[in-house]
Amino acid sequence: MKLTPGSRWKSAVCDAEVVAVRTPAGDVVLACGGVPMIPVKDARPDMPQLQSAQENAALLGKRYADEASGLELLCNKSGKGALTLDDRALTLKEAKKLPSSD
Amino acid sequence: MNTHLLLEMAAQEGVGRIAVGSLRDGHSYADLLSASKSVADWIEELGVENVIYAGLNAPEFPVALFASAIAGKPFAPLNYRLPDADLRKLVERVTPCAAILDDDIAVRIGALSGMKVIRKADLLAKAEKRPAAEAVDETAENVAVLLFTSGTTGEPKAAMLRHRHLVSYVISTLDFMGAEEEEATLISVPPYHIAGISAVLTSVYSGRRMVQLGAFSPQDWVELAAKEKVTHAMMVPTMLGRVLDILEARGETLPHLRHLSYGGGRMPVSVIRRALALLPHVNFVNAYGLTETSSTISVLTPDDHRDALAAGTPDARARLGSVGQPLPTLELEIRDSEGNHVGAGEIGEVWVRGEQVSGEYVGGSALREDGWFPTKDHGYLDAAGYLFIEGRLDDVIVRGGENISPGEIEDVLRDHQAVADVAVVGLPDEEWGERIVAVIVPEGEPSKDELKALVRGRLRSTRVPEDIIFRAELPYNETGKLLRRILKAELSHVS
Repeated sequence: MKLTPGSRWKSAVCDAEVVAVRTPAGDVVLACGGVPMIPVKDARPDMPQLQSAQENAALLGKRYADEASGLELLCNKSGKGALTLDDRALTLKEAKKLPSSD
Repeated sequence: MNTHLLLEMAAQEGVGRIAVGSLRDGHSYADLLSASKSVADWIEELGVENVIYAGLNAPEFPVALFASAIAGKPFAPLNYRLPDADLRKLVERVTPCAAILDDDIAVRIGALSGMKVIRKADLLAKAEKRPAAEAVDETAENVAVLLFTSGTTGEPKAAMLRHRHLVSYVISTLDFMGAEEEEATLISVPPYHIAGISAVLTSVYSGRRMVQLGAFSPQDWVELAAKEKVTHAMMVPTMLGRVLDILEARGETLPHLRHLSYGGGRMPVSVIRRALALLPHVNFVNAYGLTETSSTISVLTPDDHRDALAAGTPDARARLGSVGQPLPTLELEIRDSEGNHVGAGEIGEVWVRGEQVSGEYVGGSALREDGWFPTKDHGYLDAAGYLFIEGRLDDVIVRGGENISPGEIEDVLRDHQAVADVAVVGLPDEEWGERIVAVIVPEGEPSKDELKALVRGRLRSTRVPEDIIFRAELPYNETGKLLRRILKAELSHVS
């Protein structure tokens, strides 16, 4: 699929939802729980759902990145599945934390 | 990604926390989201292009902000302190609009075609009766906020901040729900200031309760801070001095306060020193930014404050008067008038590039093709990368071909015991192009010669004011910005 900044995706096999923040060019496979994610507005296909949480399951509020492609996602809904891009596990990205200024 | 998603996330995770108001009867994130969705339904039904908010800060402000995002309309909080005719002109520029107004503001604006009013006081009650709107198809390109910046000449420009500017600033610098449960922030900056907008977004995303002070008075601020046990606060420099006066008079130390950030104007070093001494348990942050950069681009951290206070060298101590180091998510450089990058210690214009930088206005963009934005602020970076802001480029005095920053001269004069406040401006001069004039609010009777000698001794002879004028006060706007052009206009008229 083609990922564009701001596009929203949901897992086909659990509740996880993400927003693409920085996206690679070209065709990639963003998956959750091993299954390609679908646009958030699409109907979820009839598929068995994950029964238990995977290691590194997607967590609300966390940012995930793939160094090789430059992908960055924000998870806006937790789910049982772990996130991968082209079968590479995504890593947690820390916010460059500052003392609050606002 | 739109800003309303920040609230959706907070509503999911922030169960049990209060979003805005007091612990006893404040609104939860879920309440805020539900109200925002219903107000969005009203906005969509009206079929307007923009949403305006003109009134004091209140829970209706975050509701209006997020409702506009859900409805996909730009949100324009207006400066209600403007003279009636100027305020009406701003409204006319954004009609057709939905207008959320305080009663007294509604009277002052009067009826305008294309403006559909709802009393701010009625907003939440009316929202309860409406269905929840679904968010429009998202595009981060949509304009989230329109803020009118005070122009130095002519009409105010409408700065446009798109969702992607605001969102990238929030999610790349903050941890979601990173605030501890007891944290609360006292917001006293007006809603039409960029800091008022970013305070809502960052507080919601962090999960930190917002306590709002609609109309600032230092007494009310201190009372509210103590009553609500606020842990965080954000204010403009002129507010801090006045608050310190009250704290001293009452012997109040605000033991719950952990963090105080200030910005939006120049902070006199003497005030921040006094604050550090009076409130040693508080972490101070100086945040520098512009409307066009979605707020903060450089921060002087709590450690920076303490290090500068305790430092052994003049250079390191001087950092207390800096705005700290640029955010790691941005690039920042100083350039001369030809656009060439200048080195440490050299004064020039501050340029910045990054995802949070908009630089766009209705009618045009100041952003260069390569993404760099000229801030029109004059300043320099020291050898360690600390940014010092001298003032607006427009305020630079050009005398005999030399560029002179008023800030440098003001700092020296302000040090004199008999000077309570000072503004230095350039006035037209046939021989030099401009001549330097210092307008001083005295405390006692300083001698003009003594003041000139002070400047000559600390800077150099070309910096010495040719004229010194004494005044009872200087013109400031309500967020503490010195209105130099008004001063210049008054003085040019007279001379």
